[in-house]
Amino acid sequence: MSKLVYLIPLFPLLGFLINGLGRKSLSKSLIAIIGSGTILASFVVSVLVFFDVKANGASVISLFNFIDVKGLLIPFAFQVDQLSALFLLIVTGIGFLIHLYSTAYMNEEEPQHYARYFAYLNLFIFSMLLLVLGANYVIMFIGWEGVGLCSYLLIGYWFKNNDYNYAAKKAFVMNRIGDLGFLLALFWLIFKLGTATYGDVFAQVDKLSAFDITAITALLFVGAMGKSAQIPLYTWLPDAMAGPTPVSALIHAATMVTAGIYMIARSNILYTMAPGTQTLIAIVGLATAIFAATIALKQNDIKKVLAYSTVSQLGYMFLGLGVGAYTGSVFHVMTHAFFKALLFLGAGSVIHAMHHEQDIRKMGGLKKFMPITHITFLLACLAIAGIPPFSGFFSKDEILMAAYAKNPIYYYVGLGGALMTAFYMFRLYTLTFLGGFRGTHEQEHHLHESPAAMTIPLIVLAILSVVGGWIGIPEVIAKDAHSLEKFLAPVFAGSAAIAEQHHLEASQEWMFMGISTLLIVGVIFYAIGSYKKYQVDASENTGIAKLLENKWYVDELYDAVIVNPLNSLAGFFKNMVEKNVIDGAVNGVGKLVAYGSRQLRLVQSGQVGNYVLIMVLAIVVFILVWFNDLTIMYYLNRLFKMA
Amino acid sequence: MPIQYYIYLCLALFSIGVIGVLTRRNVIIVFMCIELMFNSVNLLLVAFSKMHLAAVPAIIKNSTVGSDGQLFVFFIMVVAAAEVSVGLAIIVMLFRNTHSVDINFLNRLKN
Repeated sequence: MSKLVYLIPLFPLLGFLINGLGRKSLSKSLIAIIGSGTILASFVVSVLVFFDVKANGASVISLFNFIDVKGLLIPFAFQVDQLSALFLLIVTGIGFLIHLYSTAYMNEEEPQHYARYFAYLNLFIFSMLLLVLGANYVIMFIGWEGVGLCSYLLIGYWFKNNDYNYAAKKAFVMNRIGDLGFLLALFWLIFKLGTATYGDVFAQVDKLSAFDITAITALLFVGAMGKSAQIPLYTWLPDAMAGPTPVSALIHAATMVTAGIYMIARSNILYTMAPGTQTLIAIVGLATAIFAATIALKQNDIKKVLAYSTVSQLGYMFLGLGVGAYTGSVFHVMTHAFFKALLFLGAGSVIHAMHHEQDIRKMGGLKKFMPITHITFLLACLAIAGIPPFSGFFSKDEILMAAYAKNPIYYYVGLGGALMTAFYMFRLYTLTFLGGFRGTHEQEHHLHESPAAMTIPLIVLAILSVVGGWIGIPEVIAKDAHSLEKFLAPVFAGSAAIAEQHHLEASQEWMFMGISTLLIVGVIFYAIGSYKKYQVDASENTGIAKLLENKWYVDELYDAVIVNPLNSLAGFFKNMVEKNVIDGAVNGVGKLVAYGSRQLRLVQSGQVGNYVLIMVLAIVVFILVWFNDLTIMYYLNRLFKMA
Repeated sequence: MPIQYYIYLCLALFSIGVIGVLTRRNVIIVFMCIELMFNSVNLLLVAFSKMHLAAVPAIIKNSTVGSDGQLFVFFIMVVAAAEVSVGLAIIVMLFRNTHSVDINFLNRLKN
């Protein structure tokens, strides 16, 4: 079955080609069928591959040689193992649900733009599958760039709005900064080891010096910072909400932004051997988790809250990677994909019903208009807040426990972030679904539950958000219930052999679970209580609240420190260097030719006598040049001596 | 007769021709000076041709050494004749248009 793995990326590629090329002639229903059907086909193959891997273990499928030069062989090969099989399921499964959802959500679009949307989405799935499946860093990099491109295209999907184009460009540039790190790490790796294939790299990892390995892992982490929106490169992700909501759900919550986590989990042996980088990752991840959570507390755009929440959750995943809890991070990727996709799709459903109103201050009381959206959204909120037995509890708990074992401070700070998560999620929930409606009468009149194509994905994702965590129940609750850990064990075996194991006492673990759950429940009730009777308040925020509402002024800081100096430098080059130096050189050559020809034209006077004179002089000069002085003297001597 | 005399004569004729072309304004005279240069070259060719033949030992009968120089002379004469016919035609036309054979009137090809 693993032999057929090439079909998985092939289907979305075909979908992209058909929808992309036929966008002017296909009907909307056909576009929807092609767009979603190809992903469904990939999902079916992924399921088969998953069970094959489960039964028969990992394998590498080599298709052809991608780069074959002396001393460097990079095959176009697919790595089919536990980690990639799991990601295949997440990407194609959630991808399919979101395609299905999009068929209804994007229904107002014109056919040709509708096709463009699905073509981009299919191309994204193709790139993401390539990223996940590649058996070496080069193939991963192709996918890595592909998803960045699709992200750019989809953020700027409504290209008539200039702000959206700016957001798209920002995302692209930020990603490029990270990609440079990835590329440098790739070159370094090939320079030192002469290969980029995972198996060979991990087998020869002892050949690398401590400095090499720290530098390579740190540079790879820079790539992950860009793609997975970590401090300091996170600012593109909130702006990426300019894209259609299903895109935010798929790319900017469930799949693409987890590429960095996948990459580090894939290279776990390198990272386990570089403790310095691990500490860096843990600190950056934790800082991002807290920082983004504080911003999310005061945002009023439903999608912005979710975006900062995503950044924050990604921070937790990096914290997990940094403390060596690779399984926990991958587990959180999976559960986060479920509940965050659900939250975004729920938000999309609300936005759809509210006619593209995204300000939660103008919502409220949607509970009775949209029962399915409400219930699924509530379940997702409970999952992300970390209430047992919802999925988020298990994955977050695993990461935080590992963090405690490494360093208790990580745990306390992480717990603070988790409490903030609970607060802002239930602030969002309360403002949107509880209380009275605060919008216009016209909006209230049009409120409706979304069509089945949108609610079915919500229901499926809600079920997954609830039960998704049960594959990773910790040891203390039930013996041998962590089936995900056992499944992924071969991938992380190399790291597990090197890394020192920390284990908490069972009683300690119970205590932490109990305390954190109690605190979170308390925060949830506090959030619901304080926003239940919310009325629109025109007065401006002051102090820290204003700081948070303006996202700590990070965008302004970047503008002042990087963007504006670069712009003025570019302005200098444009006005001074371009105008004077380059234009001067080009125009100077032109002027010189014109001037020279004007002077040279005088030679052509029309006077035959002049021509003849020049001709004779030229002949004399030629003779003098042709024969050197000695030759001429020799002949003259011969001529006159003989006389 | 030594070859030098021929060379001196030819140099003199050629120089007269060159100076004539450079200094005179009458087209006919310029034309004649050109002919003078042709003929100085012809003379030189014939002289060298005879010199080379004279240098061949007597035992070699029917030698053709140097004959190509004389062939050149005929060739030059034919070309010169053709050139004269064209040149004179141009001069006639020039005279008809400008009522003059001054070479400085030939500075504009239009009108």
